Formats: sequence, C-alpha cells, structure tokens
Amino acid sequence: MNRPPIPRGPGAARHSIRRSAFIHAGLIVASFVMLYPLLWMLSGSLRPENEIFGGSSLIPSHISLDAFVRGWNGLQISFGTFFWNSLVISVLATIGNVFACSLTAYAFARLKFRGRNFWFALMLGTLMLPYHVTLIPQYILFLDMGWVNTILPLVVPKYLAVDAFFIFLMVQFFRGIPRELDEAAMMDGCSAWRIYRKIMLPLSLPVMATAAIFSFLWTWEDFFGPLIYLNDMKSYTVQIGLRTFVDSTGSSDWSSLFAMSILSLIPIFLLFLFFQRALIEGIATTGMKR
Amino acid sequence: MSSASSPVTAPASGRGYAPPGRLGRILSRNGPGYLFLLPWLIGFFGLTLGPALSSLYLSFTDYDLIQAPNWVGLANYVRIATADPKFNAAMHVTFLYVALSVPLKLMFALAVAMAFNRGIAGLPLYRAIFYLPSLLGSSVAIAVLWRQLFAADGLVNGMLAWFGFQGPSWISNPHYSLYTLVVLSVWQFGSPMIIFLAGLRQIPGDLYEAAEIDGASNWRKFWRITLPLLTPVIFFNFVVQTIDAFKAFTPAFIISEGTGGPINSTLFYTLYLYQEAFGFFRMGYASALAWILVIIISLFTAFAFLSSRYWVHYDE
Repeated sequence: MNRPPIPRGPGAARHSIRRSAFIHAGLIVASFVMLYPLLWMLSGSLRPENEIFGGSSLIPSHISLDAFVRGWNGLQISFGTFFWNSLVISVLATIGNVFACSLTAYAFARLKFRGRNFWFALMLGTLMLPYHVTLIPQYILFLDMGWVNTILPLVVPKYLAVDAFFIFLMVQFFRGIPRELDEAAMMDGCSAWRIYRKIMLPLSLPVMATAAIFSFLWTWEDFFGPLIYLNDMKSYTVQIGLRTFVDSTGSSDWSSLFAMSILSLIPIFLLFLFFQRALIEGIATTGMKR
Repeated sequence: MSSASSPVTAPASGRGYAPPGRLGRILSRNGPGYLFLLPWLIGFFGLTLGPALSSLYLSFTDYDLIQAPNWVGLANYVRIATADPKFNAAMHVTFLYVALSVPLKLMFALAVAMAFNRGIAGLPLYRAIFYLPSLLGSSVAIAVLWRQLFAADGLVNGMLAWFGFQGPSWISNPHYSLYTLVVLSVWQFGSPMIIFLAGLRQIPGDLYEAAEIDGASNWRKFWRITLPLLTPVIFFNFVVQTIDAFKAFTPAFIISEGTGGPINSTLFYTLYLYQEAFGFFRMGYASALAWILVIIISLFTAFAFLSSRYWVHYDE
C-alpha cells in the first residue's frame, strides 16, 4: 500500500490490527498447505526404509540417508552421470541462447538493413507457433544427420536463436539504451561488432541474466526433448533418469524415488534462493508463464 | 562472427573502404545487419519454417520413418474426424483439463494477489513460498511427488483416514485421475499471481479513496474498480495459461507411465501425439494431429482477441 493512509479513529486502528492478524493467520495456513507436499517429499526421503510410509506425519523416527545411497545407484548407470549430462546440456544451451538471441536482438534493435521489419514480423510470428508443428520434421532431420542419441539436438538449436521469446525480451531492453551511445561510437569508426561487445552487452547485464536464468531452468526441467532424443541410458538427463527410475521401482521404494527427486530440484532451488528477485521481476515485467 | 568486425561501417561515417559500385554499397549498408542475423536466419529456415512446411506436407501422407511417404490426401484428417476414438478421448480430456484448471488457477492467483496487495508485512517471504511450486512445476520430480500424494497409501488418503474416510486410489481410478492433475495445475498458481500483483499495483490509489468517500463497500470496489481495471492482465494471464494448458504433457506422462490411462482418462492431446509419433512411428498421422492442435490454439487465440473488445478495458 503505497498511498498515504486516510486518518481514522482509534477504533479503526484496532480494527485494522485485528484484520491484519486475520490475514496473516490465513496466509500462514495457506503457506503451510502450499509447502506441505514438498516437505512431505523431503521427510519421505530421509525416512528409514522400514518405516511405514502411508502416514502423513512429517517427522521420521530418525534421519537416515540410506534412500539417497540406494537411489543414486538404483539404475545400472548412477545418477551422477545423469546430473553431469543435465549440467552439460543446460550450460551449453544457456550460453547458446544468450549469445545467439542477443546477436539477433541487436540486429533488430539497432542495425539498419533492408527487410528488417519483415524479418522482425516473422520472428514475432514464431513466438506463437507451438513447437508441435516443427517437432516431427526436426526429429527426422536430426535422425538423418545421425544426431539422435547425442546432445546435439538439444543444444545446437539454441545457437541458432530458436527461442524467439528471449529475442523479443532483449530487443525491448536494447531499445531502452540511449542511442547517442552507439551513434557516437559509430562516428568514431567502431564496427557493429565492437559496439555490440563493448556497449550493448555490458549495459544489458540485467536482461542477459534474466535470459540466462530462465534458459537454464527450462533446459534443466525439459522432459520432452531428452525423452525423444536420448535413448541410451548413458546419455540420460536427470529428468529422464527419474522417469526410468519411476518405471523400474514402481511404488516399491518410495523413499529412494523421493531422494532422487529432491536432488533433481536442488539446482532449481538454488537458483531460486540466489536469483529470486530476478525471477520474480522477470515474470512481473515480461509475463513469463513460469 | 569475427568477420563482422571487418570494416563495413555505416557509409555515413565516411570511414572504412566499401567495395566500389552499387553491389558494394548494398553490401556495406546491409552486410552487418545480415551477419548478425545469420544464426537466426539459419534457425528460422532450417528449424522453424522448413519443418513447419514439411510437417504440413507429411500430414497428407502415411510416412512411417521406414518407407518413403505416400500421398494419401485428406485420409489422416478424415480418420481423425470420424474414426478415431482415441482422438475423441484426448480432446475430451484436454478440454476438460483446460476448462477446469485455467479458471481455478486464475481465481486462486487473483485472490492471493489481492491479499498481498493490502501491503502486509513479510510480503517477500509469502510471495516466495507461493511462487515456489510454480517454479518447480514442470519437473518430473513434482509429477513423481503427485503420483505418490494421490496413491492408495499416499498423503491424501493418510489425511482422509484421520477423519475416518477410506479414500480410493486416486491415480489409478479413471474417475479421479484427471482431477489430480487439475489440482497439480492449480497448486502452481504462482506466476499468474505475480503478474496479477504487478497489475494491481498499477491501479491508482485515489480511485479507491474517492470510492471510500462515497461510501462504497469493499465488494463494490472490487467489482467496479479492481476487476475492470485489471481486465488487461486477466486477459493476458487467461490466454497464456490456456495455451500452456493445451500443451501440458509431463505430469500426465509420469502419472500414467506414458499410457494416458487408466482408460485414457489422462490422455492429454500432446501425449496422444507423442504416442502416435514416437510409439508407433506414424509420423504422417501425428503431423496431422499437430496441425489440428495448432488450429485449435489459433482459433482459441483469435476468439479471445475478438471477444476482448467487449470485456477488456484499455486506457484510452
């Protein structure tokens, strides 16, 4: 509430204290409901194996890390490999996204060339296109190139700026940078590349950070891409490893399933802890869906 | 990209040496732009436009990855429309899911955002807690969690047991399985909530003060001020969340182990498409399914935009 309060009598003050206590009580209960499933998963992963699981209590009789050990080696290939694969793919995809999208955005925002508005309109058009229409031919293309079962189909497209959303985001940001800066540099004979490297990128760290964080998150959480492109267990990402683990254990070993699930969420959780502001502002200002 | 640093500066600067002649002038004027655009252009033609046209073509064939595609005309579309019970099931499941999850999610998001907008202490903490599920949302881990929450001996039935109820096995009962996914979607109301909160902050406070002086009740203020001024944000959230719900895939896949069961009760459209394409390798048929999804989403979007004229309030 950023407007000055309207002066009221003492009765109104008491009323508003009661009211805010009421709101807090409601929010605390609601927070508990929101977090309960996650806490239940955490406590389930720390439970000794013999403890009956159906109970809804949160506190295990004693804490045991057995489930993490069982889960880590629960498949023929250890989860360490899956984590490594996910990390490699996510890092490479993030670099590609930030690099390629910023190049494209710079061209659209600042460079003058024939047909710019035409290409820009096409780029905006791809924003709305569901990926399902390109899915099957892309798969056939990568299959013919021998890329299926490698990380290439998950990484290379990011270096070709396929995420139009990030381009759009960066164009908006670049347009906000004063034109005088790069015009002056151009007068001094700076090439477009130098202006991009020395002026635009350093001045747009916030939007680059937002794009990097969301790229990493989305790639880490991606299930569909790895599901169709990675068939060999050695190349699985964490998400696919978890899915295989579900299918192989069924509901016989919940606690180790939960343990691996918790581990798979840790990178997201860390990003959330350290970049919460950037995440929330990113959503509030750009309307991202997650 | 280092070639972009070659001396092709803007001709106006008078520096650098542009190649002589008309072609040279065109190159030096447009060269840098197209060099920067090159990765995107390759991606656009190679990974977006080309594949989109190709899948349109494949949707009129019987391509199966092994034999060369044969032109079958409209046969795929005719079969989808008239003789495919699984398509009907997928449509039913998907529309039910969209119709239930989107309004519920937006209602929760708006209600919580309004509670936050009263300027309570500790807002960042509460906001973080409510946003977290939405952030973790599409992970396989959360789908795994949901599977166990609603299992026969899961948390939900454990809680029901306190009150003496014996709950069913929600996930494996075709009457309830889809609703567990609706609950999952509603639980993730965090990001529309943040967008609503940003929208509520834009509403000028003096409007409420004027209304208070006129003695308007909270209820009236909500209907006459908050809701109308928030319609652009509601519209935005509605469109984005609906399109997203049409594309939902992961939770249904994990909960049903890729089958869409029990009895097709969680057969989301995208799951059916996946089964046809990557389970049975009916690439032609799956391409037709993909184009029907695009048509559905486009029709919805067009309808939303057309209707927005009658209910979305924009500042003149």
